[in-house]
Amino acid sequence: MCGNIPQKVGKMILSAENIKKSYGGREILKGISLSIAKGELKVLIGPSGAGKSTLLQCLNFLVMPDEGDVWLEGKKVNHAKKRDLYAFRQQVGMIFQDFNLFDHLSALENVKIGLVRVRGMDKKAATERAMAELERVGLSNHADHYPAQLSGGQKQRVSIARALAMDPKVMLLDEPTSALDPELIGEVLAVVRDLVANGMTMIMATHQIGFSRAMADEIIFMENGLIVEQGPPLKILSNADCERTREFCSRVTDLYGEAERA
Amino acid sequence: MELLSFLQTEVFPALFKGFKVSLLLIVPSAVLGLCVGIVVGTARVYGNRTLSALANAFVTLFRGVPLVVQLFFWYFGLPYVGIYLSPVAASILGFSLCSGAYHSEYIRGALLSIKTGQMLAAQALGFSKMQMIVSVILPQAMRRALPGCGNEIIYLIKYSSLAYMITCIEMTGEAKVLASHSFRYTEVFLAVGACYLLIVSVASWVLQRVEDRFRIPGFEHRKV
Repeated sequence: MCGNIPQKVGKMILSAENIKKSYGGREILKGISLSIAKGELKVLIGPSGAGKSTLLQCLNFLVMPDEGDVWLEGKKVNHAKKRDLYAFRQQVGMIFQDFNLFDHLSALENVKIGLVRVRGMDKKAATERAMAELERVGLSNHADHYPAQLSGGQKQRVSIARALAMDPKVMLLDEPTSALDPELIGEVLAVVRDLVANGMTMIMATHQIGFSRAMADEIIFMENGLIVEQGPPLKILSNADCERTREFCSRVTDLYGEAERA
Repeated sequence: MELLSFLQTEVFPALFKGFKVSLLLIVPSAVLGLCVGIVVGTARVYGNRTLSALANAFVTLFRGVPLVVQLFFWYFGLPYVGIYLSPVAASILGFSLCSGAYHSEYIRGALLSIKTGQMLAAQALGFSKMQMIVSVILPQAMRRALPGCGNEIIYLIKYSSLAYMITCIEMTGEAKVLASHSFRYTEVFLAVGACYLLIVSVASWVLQRVEDRFRIPGFEHRKV
């Protein structure tokens, strides 16, 4: 590891330490530590297979890490205890590359179901809250559309509304625009930009370099299950310490940098 | 003319009497069978090791042993341990368990077809496993299982005739009694065959309506 920046100490919303995960003898994560303070946006970049998705899924225990711990607001998450685990996940919003909306529910019901089933909110209040979240992502006029009737960008915005409705303290976004047509990427990034402006704490894996340069507080470059380098966007993207980081960034900038109008 | 009056005065009254008994067997068995199928199918896919092994054993047993043998067991076998079931109760029990075993296979297939991404999404929202199965997975899986489960219900309508083997005189039973009294097997069994065809047609129509009712917008396959 080069360009090792010591972890900031202070009040972190989410911290992870020494996360390790192997599948069938292959080490996907080789001990990752990171932490994020309130209102920060950290961007994970790296080639496919670097372990970005696995890391994000380990952070809310959708994938159980073999080793390592996660802290939410300074409290260690006891993931072995189901009640604690479910309560923790409610506070961590997750956005997936392929949306994962519930196909049998309308956009409104997709946003509502967590409020009703998990938080036990009554139906009327849940409907109001869900409508407000759909409004926020600009989809209030699509509330009764089903996922199969929405475009990719609209689906992703519904999934963001669904996560927001749970009042998450931090959001994990796993390549939210990678499955989208180029002209739909903008509408999703606009919503994410809005979240940043409203002070949402987020960790996002993405290839949208232009967006990251403009919005991220820190870029983390991962490869082969390790953090190679992390730092402010300008340094990582144009003046990285590691040869490998520079090489990757220049290639990704060529591919995605121009397409993004941040 | 003589045939007509035979049908009117003997066949129809007997079949109608039997029909009511058949209905008394079919409706509860269909409902209970489907419930058994949902529970067993879900246990096979999402249960822990013990639960899914138990559910698999259930299916092996009730799908593997001929239904008539099962009915004999419930009706003639249980009295040996002091349990006496009425012919109707024994039939409904036998049909529900056997039907449930078959349903569970359709439901298992449907459960396996739901993409894991939706489960991840549900878990990420804080759903417990049970909540996830009940409010996200099963509603979708049941829609996919419906054509298969409907098929099983149609089968059930026809194998409900086996109840007459344990002295539960339903439609086929009435027909058999009438036929052997009158020696007019052809007419009686043609009539009873037509009745089953009619019941099955009505059931298919209802099942189709149910499928239409629960069709998810955006998943229509019919040409518009």
